[in-house]
Amino acid sequence: MTKRKLIGGNEATAEGAIAAGCRYFFGYPITPQNKIPEYMSEHLPLVGGTYVQAESEVAAINMLYGAAATGAWAMTSSSSPGISLMQEGLSYMIGSELPCVVVNMVRGGPGLGNIGPAQSDYWLATRGAGHGDGRCLTFAPYSVQELYDLTGEAFTIAQRYRNPVMILADAILANMKEPCRLHERRDHPTQQPQWAVGGARDGRPRNIINSLYVDLPEEEQVNLRIARRYAEAAQNEVRLAEYGADKPQILLCAYGIAARICQTAAQRATQAGVPTRLLRPISLFPFPAQTIRRWADCVEKILVVELSLGQFIEDVRLAVEGRCPVELMGRTGGMVMTPEEVTDRIVQMGQSD
Amino acid sequence: MSRATVPDSTDDTTAVYTYPDSLTEVPMRYCPGCTHGIAHRLVAEVIDELGIQERTVVIATVGCSVYAYEYFNTDAVQAAHGRGPAVATGIKRTQPDTLVFTYQGDGDLASIGLAEVMHAAARAENFTVIFINNAVFGMTQGQMAPTTLMGQKTTTTPRGRTLQQGGHPLNICELLATIPGVAYLARETMTAPKYVLRAKRSIKKAFQAQMDELGFSLVELVSTCPTWWRMKPLEAFKWLEDEMLSQYPLQVFVDKTEQND
Ligand SMILES: Cc1ncc(C[n+]2csc(CCOP(=O)(O)OP(=O)(O)O)c2C)c(N)n1
Ligand code: SF4
Ligand SMILES: [Mg+2]
Repeated sequence: MTKRKLIGGNEATAEGAIAAGCRYFFGYPITPQNKIPEYMSEHLPLVGGTYVQAESEVAAINMLYGAAATGAWAMTSSSSPGISLMQEGLSYMIGSELPCVVVNMVRGGPGLGNIGPAQSDYWLATRGAGHGDGRCLTFAPYSVQELYDLTGEAFTIAQRYRNPVMILADAILANMKEPCRLHERRDHPTQQPQWAVGGARDGRPRNIINSLYVDLPEEEQVNLRIARRYAEAAQNEVRLAEYGADKPQILLCAYGIAARICQTAAQRATQAGVPTRLLRPISLFPFPAQTIRRWADCVEKILVVELSLGQFIEDVRLAVEGRCPVELMGRTGGMVMTPEEVTDRIVQMGQSD
Repeated sequence: MSRATVPDSTDDTTAVYTYPDSLTEVPMRYCPGCTHGIAHRLVAEVIDELGIQERTVVIATVGCSVYAYEYFNTDAVQAAHGRGPAVATGIKRTQPDTLVFTYQGDGDLASIGLAEVMHAAARAENFTVIFINNAVFGMTQGQMAPTTLMGQKTTTTPRGRTLQQGGHPLNICELLATIPGVAYLARETMTAPKYVLRAKRSIKKAFQAQMDELGFSLVELVSTCPTWWRMKPLEAFKWLEDEMLSQYPLQVFVDKTEQND
């Protein structure tokens, strides 16, 4: 049974997690995501779960590490400076092959920055997870409904690949209200995975959660195993959405809130005589490179629109492999482009030949 | 499963000293005269005596004891440098019936991980900390720790620790003693049999406090690092007793298990 409700992005994220079976939350307050821990502190105890306010994001991610080690469905959420502090812990979780969900409601930076919307943690999310040869599987919702759905699904994906999953959104998505279809809350899975520590051992051999491999060939084998999971994710978890002209002259590439702006721009530019198609990656790692590459052979130019000064564009360029020119339209520091500005830029690009 | 060769039952001797079930047979990598090994054995004996091996998780941290997950014959998690108490919190909050202990050095606990241990105590998290204070960073080759004594030479205080350069040593138990969430808190050492027996009693009480869900428990073990103190094992034991124990006096600071009896 589902019901429709007008709900904020932060609340939808938190409810999506609870509805999927998440029962443990560890976090430290930071704007613009405070409504997530607030919601968790209210609702988790009602479903037999636990909310812990950590003393820092460093502690929060390591509490998550401990919870994940027992096989619990657990998450944390934060915003840019806090996510910076979580990098070491995420790297340990990747190395120890532990699943977890981390939400980043990105704000303007670098430094303390501001609480405006930004996409400037693209590299942090898709390259990062701290040091070492590992990455976070990363998904970028663009609506309140997608925040709800993807946060829920993130738990299953994290379990499937035994790797942290990051939900990458921003201050606008966190704060905006939209109607959202909510399903009933599912129960917490009680069965511990066979690799988990703690709980009733019932004669099973002892388990060790560890990312230390002093034997170099062994470490290489572990990293290759992790890389194989990413390759598998590239087969199964690539998600994208496409909108607009079937025979485009210009391909727009944008994710998250920037894609909302581009939906309008693509429509208007097409009406103005420059057929435009919007390709919106929903999964950022794995990246929908193949689809972008196919379109690169059919369009004159690609325009990448992002709330950062050229991070996401690198993945587009890697996908395009020089097949066509790729241009950047970026704003930064919490600033946002208007649909008119994007439309004008597309029209200009379409006429400049 | 006991690994000791128990004498033939035809004569009427009984084994009084056997290898603890809660230790694996992996040879420990500690230096001669290092007290890490004694500390491991004491904890393992306590786990055996309390019959909790099957529901214990050791949190190995970063320091010479990083391989604790190989030595303790229990479930184990290896934690980032200083974050053991946060990891332990995550485990206890999801599996409250599991007994959890962190095994942390003074660099791990008193330097990089000070916030985590203090806040775990403040939240009265129900787990046990075994705190190995050897006044240096052993694993990284003998640099100054927060616990290094005034005047003590280390690889980063080559002329001895001075107030100007390194400030004062940090007394962790005295700090923790002010926190109401602490259920058991003691400082012990292992340089002589009488100390070893006391230390074991304290470790057992700390685990007992956890089993009785009384809150946070910690046993500091004033320890040796002959290698980076650049001493022979016996010199190290003597230096510990002569120099360290005046900065770090042996004491039971908090014991709420008594009230429980
Ligand atoms: C984040 C991080 N910083 C630094 C190190 C390097 N490091 C490893 S062990 C250690 C100090 C350990 O000293 P202590 O906790 O006193 O343990 P001991 O070796 O003396 O038993 C340091 C600084 C690390 N592994 N991780
Ligand atoms: S370096 Fe020091 S602390 Fe480390 S094993 Fe050797 S004696 Fe023990
Ligand atoms: Mg030390």
